[in-house]
Amino acid sequence: MSAAIITHNLTRRFGDKIAVDGLTLEVRVGEVFGFLGHNGAGKTTTVRLLNGVLEPHAGKAYVLGLDPLADGPALRARTGVLTESAALDARLSGRENLLVYADLFGVPQRQSDSRVSELLDFFGLSDSADLKVAAYSTGMRQRLALARTLLHDPELLFLDEPTAGLDPLAARQTHRLIAALARQKGRTVFLCTHNLVEAQRLCDRVGVMERGRLVAVGTPTELAARYVQQVQVEIEIAAEHIEAAIELLSHASGLLTARPQPSADQAPGGPLGALSLRVTGREAIPDMLALLTRHGVRVYRLTPHEPSLEDVYFALHAGAAEPSQQEHTR
Amino acid sequence: MNRRAVSAIARKDLKVVLQNKGVVLPILIAPLVLFGALPWMAALAPNLANVGGMNVNELRELLAHMPEGLRTEMALYTPDQQPIVFFLVYMLAPLFLILPVMTSSVMAADSFAGERERRTLETLLYTPTTDRELFVGKLLAPWLAAMVVSAVGFVLYVVMANAAAGRVMGSLFFPTLMWVVLVVWVAPAAAGFGLATMVLVSVRAQGFQDAYQVGSIVVLPLLLLLFGQISGVMYFSIGAVLLLGLGLWVTDVVLIWAGSRVFRRGRLIARS
Ligand SMILES: Nc1ncnc2c1ncn2[C@@H]1O[C@H](COP(=O)(O)OP(=O)(O)O)[C@@H](O)[C@H]1O
Ligand SMILES: [Mg+2]
Repeated sequence: MSAAIITHNLTRRFGDKIAVDGLTLEVRVGEVFGFLGHNGAGKTTTVRLLNGVLEPHAGKAYVLGLDPLADGPALRARTGVLTESAALDARLSGRENLLVYADLFGVPQRQSDSRVSELLDFFGLSDSADLKVAAYSTGMRQRLALARTLLHDPELLFLDEPTAGLDPLAARQTHRLIAALARQKGRTVFLCTHNLVEAQRLCDRVGVMERGRLVAVGTPTELAARYVQQVQVEIEIAAEHIEAAIELLSHASGLLTARPQPSADQAPGGPLGALSLRVTGREAIPDMLALLTRHGVRVYRLTPHEPSLEDVYFALHAGAAEPSQQEHTR
Repeated sequence: MNRRAVSAIARKDLKVVLQNKGVVLPILIAPLVLFGALPWMAALAPNLANVGGMNVNELRELLAHMPEGLRTEMALYTPDQQPIVFFLVYMLAPLFLILPVMTSSVMAADSFAGERERRTLETLLYTPTTDRELFVGKLLAPWLAAMVVSAVGFVLYVVMANAAAGRVMGSLFFPTLMWVVLVVWVAPAAAGFGLATMVLVSVRAQGFQDAYQVGSIVVLPLLLLLFGQISGVMYFSIGAVLLLGLGLWVTDVVLIWAGSRVFRRGRLIARS
């Protein structure tokens, strides 16, 4: 079996508001799946539905081959969920927090102590293990919450905005850890985030949620090819040709904008200048290159920029949020 | 039922709840005041002729209006002993029930409403425990604590009552059989009553303080019992106490059943 999560038409309302709207999705075993969306898009609600802590109003889900509604306890023994707010008992110590959950997750009793110490050690919390969590920093709490999520070595991890509110250093540590879990231990990770850089860095595939609906799924590269038509291209030519090149390209089909860029490079024939172009798609590039060459403009370097998830995300949301602006750029 | 999980939840709640001063202070102070100090005041009352706003003549008059059963029982004692027996055995009996009711309800306010407020409930829901195990674990902590407080309060009262009134009574007169029934049969049910009421109140409460305030209404039925006895409508006979216990146990079953319908993952999350 290669699917860790399968959902079909999963739907959940709160009052007359649809939080998750007909979600059909497949997450493969061993992948890091990014679940992207603004606040209120329905990410947390989906995690709740997939773990059987909230009932759907329509649709089905299978997680690790189990029905979250019917087999909730058996399922939750194999998943680990890092909730949005690292909900720890501030009145207990870090160690006590973990020991309670070792009991709840059925970590074999004789191994509880050592497992807890091992995780505290791994997350750099050994020195503060017996302090009340009330005295912990945000980063420490987040690490303790992650440790708690890993106590029973779950096959499938749900991480709900794991780096929200963390300083950059703590966020990077968290990223490394997620990557290590996925790559070295083959764990499946369902990562809810609105941090696109994080998703780009960590995820094999992403799904984009918008107001409860899944509007796109694929690898970041696939999505970019599908949704981002515009391409950013850097070219380097002799500095003296910059003006002429802009004039030439303005007649080429497919050019959106052309802006001169500072460049310190030197070519055998003199100083180099750079242009930054936005074009309607990759297929416009060869013609432009040919046009420049035909008119004696020698191109020293041409770099199309791979569109990022950020570009995908904004391309997707441009349609919904700002239709008039998209019209304008065409 | 996974016992290890149930006991882990109960132990965790005990540890966490007992760090809230708003919970611990009333639990400590109530038994000390009620059963450490009151016996002395009651025992000294006839000598001072006027404590608690009542002198010996007024007491005679009051007794005359009491149900016949109570008058028969009081007739077994000398006039000196009667006020003491009236206060220590009968009047304080409804007040004793404050211990289990208050302990369990104050603790439940923190472990149910307080836990929601602290947002530590959601992670519990993501564990393999069933709704029922979670519910039982969370009921267990306040109930057991109520049993301990009742037992300690009772022992304290036995010592204090005999010490304060022993000279007049001439022998160890306390506890009476009615009190044994009260402690063994009624107190656990009263604890369940305070607990189950608070579980239901906590569902709608904003947090610990809110639940605590609204939940204080659980002591009202106890005051009714107290006034019922003062006005001579009823008195704490063995039969009445057995019946009171039965009524409370039945109420408990209904309330806890209602609570278990509310304490379901899906509902708890949808309200969070
Ligand atoms: N318990 C709830 N009661 C009422 N509305 C809710 C509840 N949980 C979520 N919602 C609504 O459902 C939508 C999706 O929320 P959520 O899943 O938390 O989004 P996300 O995690 O992507 O920010 C939001 O509009 C939110 O207001
Ligand atoms: Mg969320």
